[in-house]
Amino acid sequence: MPSLLSVRHPLASPTEQLRTLARTGAPAFDAVLESRGVAPLETRAIEVLQVNVGKLCNQTCGHCHVDAGPDRRESMTHETAEQVVELLTRHPIPTLDITGGAPELSPEFRFLVEAGRRLGRRVIDRCNLTVLLLPSQDGLVPFLAEHRVDIVASLPSFRASGTDTQRGEGVFAKSVAALRRLNDAGYGTGRGLVVDLVHNPVGAFLPGTQASLERDYRRELRDRHGVVFDRLLTIANMPISRFLEFLERTANTGRYMDLLLRTFNPAAAAGVMCRTHLSVGWDGALYDCDFNQMLELPVDPGGPATLRALLERGGLSRRVRTDRHCLGCTAGAGSSCGGALE
Amino acid sequence: MDTYYCPHDLSKFAEMGKNRPELWAKYMEYYSAVFADGALTEREKALIALGVAHSVQCPYCIDAYTNACLEKGADLDQMTEAVHVANAIRGGSSLVHGVQMRNIAEKVGM
Repeated sequence: MPSLLSVRHPLASPTEQLRTLARTGAPAFDAVLESRGVAPLETRAIEVLQVNVGKLCNQTCGHCHVDAGPDRRESMTHETAEQVVELLTRHPIPTLDITGGAPELSPEFRFLVEAGRRLGRRVIDRCNLTVLLLPSQDGLVPFLAEHRVDIVASLPSFRASGTDTQRGEGVFAKSVAALRRLNDAGYGTGRGLVVDLVHNPVGAFLPGTQASLERDYRRELRDRHGVVFDRLLTIANMPISRFLEFLERTANTGRYMDLLLRTFNPAAAAGVMCRTHLSVGWDGALYDCDFNQMLELPVDPGGPATLRALLERGGLSRRVRTDRHCLGCTAGAGSSCGGALE
Repeated sequence: MDTYYCPHDLSKFAEMGKNRPELWAKYMEYYSAVFADGALTEREKALIALGVAHSVQCPYCIDAYTNACLEKGADLDQMTEAVHVANAIRGGSSLVHGVQMRNIAEKVGM
């Protein structure tokens, strides 16, 4: 499957994505908040600096909100990576969350991991698992273990059919092989090396109960494949980019937006991750979250727009920019990058 | 066109709580407890419900539990197997009554 950008699909354009969501007739997100008595989203203390190092990936998954793939070349420069480290040096943000694409394919990945750990921060690698098997990534698992990087790994189903449908033929078998490699290195075995799995639905519906799904995952992966993990996180699919293309192609967009609206959860809105995250793009631009980044909705224009400006002027607090896609983070048990609300 | 079955009626299920809300409340309390994670996971219970839905041939239940199975992580292989289980039991229940037919035929026949 090629990226939307490479086939010049109209939905490669963020503007067209936002227009498509508006055409469904779904109300503006801030209007939904107001009608449900939830205050507009203001940031709190920043707990997570999420850095998207680029769009290059060895997979092209059917739901990818980044439209990542092997044909994408956007990648963070060393200068920008140094600015990330400078920000962490100046501000006690406890967690550095590295994402992509497949972030490990960025030339700056190991630099950021080493710097983040040297500063004593928790470092998260949002990993697609199969990248760990690439010949070019030899030594990556020992590197991650040595630096005690927490791994958050995508695995939409404990069954091959679901995972392969969403992420590509053969991905489930490779993901299990990669998990085995991580287990062999001590990940998921209770020795302090953490590998969490991410479930997201293979279709136009919301994820089931996180705890119940975790039981199924734990039993099926252990009994059938001999692999273990720490926690399962359930994350709803965002109605943007390639998942939006799927919704449009299958005439599900209106139905999915109705579902998100009908299951709007005020508690999930209050705990949504953008209030405690700052998202950095591969080019150093600042966003409220990775989804806004892909929709090219930068942070509130009143504040610094780039890492460089933030380092020069300061100013981490801001009002979160929202649009209709935000309903994806407030539906059901909640979602964001941290899974359902416990 | 008027039909007895209308897909939109599924979302009106809660209207059965009108008039005798205390009965509805008791039913829903029981219903929620039945489908909660227990010795069986929510996914396993949803697969049983899907099989029963086909056995009782309730289109509302088939709609609801197809979605529930998918949400709870079941895939089409598992859901198809669940329908076959329902079908096997339905077919078997007809077939096993054939023993009654045979008993009667043997009693009255020459």
